[in-house]
Amino acid sequence: MSIDKAGSPLTASENIVPDTRHGVILYVEDVNLSFDGFKALNNLNLYINDGELRCLIGANGAGKTTLMDVITGKIRPDTGKVNFGQKVDLLQLDESEIARAGIGRKFQKPTVFEELSVFENIELSLTGDKGIWTTLFHKLSGEQKDRIGEILYTIGLVAECHYPAGRLSHGQKQWLEIGMLLAAKPRVLLVDEPVAGMTGQETERTAELLTSLAGEHSVVVVEHDMAFVRSIAKKVSVLHQGSVLAEGSMTEIQANPDVIRVYLGEEQG
Amino acid sequence: MNTSITEDSKQTSLFQSKDPLHLTIGLLFITTLLVTLGNLIFPESSALHVSDYTVSLLGKYLCYALLALAVDLVWGYCGILSLGHGAFFTLGGYAMGMYLMRQIGDRGVYGNPELPDFMVFLNWTELPWFWVGSDSIVWMVCMVFLGPGLLAFIFGSLAFRSRVSGVYLSIMTQAMTYALMLAFFRNEMGFGGNNGLTDFKEIFGFSLQSPSTKLGLFIATAIALGLAYCVCHFIVKSKMGRVVTAIRDSENRVRFVGYKPEHYKVWIFVVSAMLAGLAGALYVPQVGIINPGEFSPLNSIEMVIWVAVGGRNSLYGAIIGAIIVSYAKTRFTAIMPEAWLFALGGLFVLVTLLLPKGIAGLIPSIKQKFAKTADPVEAKS
Repeated sequence: MSIDKAGSPLTASENIVPDTRHGVILYVEDVNLSFDGFKALNNLNLYINDGELRCLIGANGAGKTTLMDVITGKIRPDTGKVNFGQKVDLLQLDESEIARAGIGRKFQKPTVFEELSVFENIELSLTGDKGIWTTLFHKLSGEQKDRIGEILYTIGLVAECHYPAGRLSHGQKQWLEIGMLLAAKPRVLLVDEPVAGMTGQETERTAELLTSLAGEHSVVVVEHDMAFVRSIAKKVSVLHQGSVLAEGSMTEIQANPDVIRVYLGEEQG
Repeated sequence: MNTSITEDSKQTSLFQSKDPLHLTIGLLFITTLLVTLGNLIFPESSALHVSDYTVSLLGKYLCYALLALAVDLVWGYCGILSLGHGAFFTLGGYAMGMYLMRQIGDRGVYGNPELPDFMVFLNWTELPWFWVGSDSIVWMVCMVFLGPGLLAFIFGSLAFRSRVSGVYLSIMTQAMTYALMLAFFRNEMGFGGNNGLTDFKEIFGFSLQSPSTKLGLFIATAIALGLAYCVCHFIVKSKMGRVVTAIRDSENRVRFVGYKPEHYKVWIFVVSAMLAGLAGALYVPQVGIINPGEFSPLNSIEMVIWVAVGGRNSLYGAIIGAIIVSYAKTRFTAIMPEAWLFALGGLFVLVTLLLPKGIAGLIPSIKQKFAKTADPVEAKS
């Protein structure tokens, strides 16, 4: 049953199937956005292929997080086009609709529901009708419980299942957040700095986790940690002053003179 | 491995405050029964006698408890600190007051069978449109819920959709109740101006002066509180309750998970306002008056203190808080009326500093202490 008294025109947004016949799941075209004269995004073009793992790198203020805000509907760009598949215009949807359409987002700072248990965190993130009345009378089905179990296993938090999420370590919170994204069965995962503040071992596990997710999902990772990017990325896009400066494999990127000048150069200096 | 998770999930999480539904309802039932017996059966000379005055007083406390439940639902669970719940309470009270006013009939001072006294006094010749139908029980019951519910819906829709939250929202709720107070003070509003509505004679044909009516109202309030508790318990324990708690913890995350927090907030705000309205409607016949003073922001702040003292995020805590603080107020204002506000403020500071989870927060820690002494290994896990 799908009673959503809330009356959103796009309640059935779970049913949105992005048209990926051209192999591209996310189109970001000529996007411009300025805050008080500062051009945060400047004619930005980015195409994410279906099932790929893409890394976004760039100095602070290059527009990485702003780009994520635009894709997930948190900020509207001044001009430009953001499409999910060929036909779905993301600029027409709000945050919750975009989320239900299949674009999941992990924040820079791990944000989980601290007072709820790990299990409940995942439960709330499962796909399904998210209207008020359905939620009020909702009962977990066996199938959903199995699904939660699978996700807990994937993110390695089976033993912590009934802990309040607030008691998890920083790394575990990051994984839980990724698990919450998975529960929503998204087509695209936007992951903002997944290994910030993680130990070496945790970073390694996260790299494995993200690599295993690509294929079934398209994964976009924003990360500062170059070693980490090198370990997971097949294709890297470098953002600089709100637009894409270069794109290619890590080796190509490192050899690119522009990139060396504006980004890697800065790091050495 | 999966099966173990499935089985585990049937248990409630360890850390969550358990709401003892049966215990609370049972205690409420026993108290009501004892008070009723004490009032009816034992003679006044007996130590077990419960005086009519005490019955009314307890009825009033139970109204406050119901109101505290409403405040706890939005504040404790959804993180909306409303400093204007007095407005919903008072609107519910006015709906009941209007009905009681019409029941006076020609027994008023001016003996006008149609118009309440204050309208005759203002030289009005006919009922204003919004008083039409107020002599029917159905109208009254509808208005008790519709009035506060509609106000909450309009206010909530505007505020939550524009994503106003935190201290700004609290100030707006306070401004709302203050504005209503000023409006209701005006005679032209048609609600009796600063005298409010009073001088009631009977309710549903029973004299309000008779002890048995007072007892009946007390029992009715206890039943309403019990039902409201069940409703709140159901909401809080449902998936909806978890979404609401999640909104309190991280509204943005909820939005990116695919829920619309605004809708949930408006919904819970409206439910809470209706409960507050019900509390107001039960309050008015027991105290015999409703006036704009009830809209005073101070009252709304007091409600928040009840919940803070009892323990937010715990339904029975709200009830305990309301009753204890109200009892303290009754006692205190009898001895040193001018010091009450200082005592209330001091209490709030103390509770915030020493008991952030309120009285209800003490119970698990006491339990834990016992568990620790009994079996240290068990307590640790």
